[in-house]
Amino acid sequence: MAKKPQLVADTRPWRDPAAKPFVRIRNVTKKFGDIAAVADVSLNIYKGELFCLLGGSGSGKSTLLRMLAGFETPTSGTIEIDGQDMSKVAPYNRPVNMMFQSYALFPHMSVAQNIAYGLKRDGLPRAEIEARVAELLQLVKLTGYENRKPNQLSGGQRQRVALARALAKRPKLLLLDEPLGALDKKLREETQFELVKIQETLGVTFIVVTHDQEEAMSLATRIGVMNQGEIAMVGEPTEIYEFPNSRFVANFIGSANMVEGVVTEDEPDHVRIQSKELGTDIYVSHGVDCSPEQILWWAIRPEKINLSREKPAPQAGVPSETNMVKGYVEDIAYLGDMTVYQVKLDNGRYIRVTKTNALRGDPEAISWDETVWASWAGTSGSVLVS
Amino acid sequence: MRRSLTVPIVATLGFLFLYAPIIALVIFSFNANRLVTVWSGFSVASYSSLWSDPQLLPAAWLSLQIAAIAATIALVLGTLCAYALVRFRRFRGKTVLQATVSAPLVMPDVITGLALLLMFVAMQSLIGWPSGRGVLTIVIAHATFCTAYVTVVVQSRLTDLDLSLEEAAMDLGATPVRVFFDVTLPIIAPALVSGWLLAFTLSLDDLVIASFVSGPGSSTLPMVIYSKVRLGVAPEVNALATIIIGFVAAGVFIATLLQLRRKPAKA
Repeated sequence: MAKKPQLVADTRPWRDPAAKPFVRIRNVTKKFGDIAAVADVSLNIYKGELFCLLGGSGSGKSTLLRMLAGFETPTSGTIEIDGQDMSKVAPYNRPVNMMFQSYALFPHMSVAQNIAYGLKRDGLPRAEIEARVAELLQLVKLTGYENRKPNQLSGGQRQRVALARALAKRPKLLLLDEPLGALDKKLREETQFELVKIQETLGVTFIVVTHDQEEAMSLATRIGVMNQGEIAMVGEPTEIYEFPNSRFVANFIGSANMVEGVVTEDEPDHVRIQSKELGTDIYVSHGVDCSPEQILWWAIRPEKINLSREKPAPQAGVPSETNMVKGYVEDIAYLGDMTVYQVKLDNGRYIRVTKTNALRGDPEAISWDETVWASWAGTSGSVLVS
Repeated sequence: MRRSLTVPIVATLGFLFLYAPIIALVIFSFNANRLVTVWSGFSVASYSSLWSDPQLLPAAWLSLQIAAIAATIALVLGTLCAYALVRFRRFRGKTVLQATVSAPLVMPDVITGLALLLMFVAMQSLIGWPSGRGVLTIVIAHATFCTAYVTVVVQSRLTDLDLSLEEAAMDLGATPVRVFFDVTLPIIAPALVSGWLLAFTLSLDDLVIASFVSGPGSSTLPMVIYSKVRLGVAPEVNALATIIIGFVAAGVFIATLLQLRRKPAKA
């Protein structure tokens, strides 16, 4: 569902250092009293992107969005949209529209009046407004609902009216605050798909704020992970998931087994980490920017660990007695598409392993109270130094 | 069976409790006897004598005028006050304003009336305005205590109003003034209407405060009725009360009808 890159080179302008950003946020800080809700954030967002700001509550993502819309003014720093400095531009003069988390539909106006509101403020001729409203209703599949009032619509319909209203003025940039937050799971999945389709058709730049990592992963061209007012990491969904840059990001996105270790070998082509916490040595088959004796962390995703009853044969290029550890299956959670194993290692630590249930009712599946070996490839984990 | 009888019985008792006095008043307004409490046959005599009464009708008209003006002033002041209390982030004296604005709600009328009288007298001797007491002082007094009621009503509606509605309008290109007239005002309109009506009723109803601050030639309807009743209830008062009840009932009926029609059929 994520936006499909049509041409690798020109649909990923963030990979091109010469590309001109459409939204340029420079060293923006927003303080409420003494508390910095947004702390020194710099971010470039490019035309046609569907950028997700992902973070927990209080991470500053909504404040950043409100500064883009003009409802808050930065304490310091600048925001440029399409090359124009926004600091002196009032919300009602910005080439930006916003879709609110509560949808904020005007309760005393009909669906058509809601959508037409922005167009009327622009003083468009009546015939043109009517044509645009009809077009937008068609886009969000609500033709025939013109005269309903917001309280006569379902949650999903309201969400689509809010989207149509925000798109009506053909903004260069659309800000969406938790656009799918109030929908139930099934509807959310469908709507995600529609949202991406609409974004692709219109070519509008979207900035979406969400706390739902699945939503961010499936929608975004790039994700900015926010933590305590700062951008923790910016990257494409795969980068964020597979190559987290810090313990926070590794833990925040998906689940990860994370252990502390000490570097014992630091070579250009591999690193060996001794981890008392894991009870084995970790062999990482690529170079890492670290030094011997340095304490660092190593994280691995549950699905990247293999479980076997027999001790696995040493892997090619990986020294024996590394990247494997013995344990005991203490608990199993069957989720249908996959199974989660809670494995207790000999030293008492737990690790989490998931396995896809490719076979129906697999009789060979590992069960409770079995002794198992957990192993992983030299490239599977991430070394984290912060 | 028992359950099906309980509700109608309780409801009847409730309605009787509320409306029996009013029904009695309406019936006795058509009494032929000059003695209000003795029924001696149907007549509209009290209505015709009301028509020629030199006091009652002018007093009623004066009261209506005072109530309308005072309610309108209270509506403007109370709305401004509520807006400041709800929307302004923090300002010096906000807590004091919040407390003082609701004080008239719990202040006994006698004290409010006396305090206003003393103030008007002091003002007259200091700055010469308002000169003497009369309609103007009653309007000022009524607007003062009605403002408190309007503030409370409008404040609760404003608190419930989702701020993002106003932000959404602004985001779509409306200037702050437009936002107020397009979004804020229509949404708080019901509160404004009920605030105005409440103020109007309170002003129309007030006897105590008006007695303190009124002057010669500015007797409001409650004052006239009160002075008449002291000499025994006059049948004209019954007739006037019946007419007022008729207007109120018609008003409520029309309002309900309008509301029913405006309420959209459920989707």
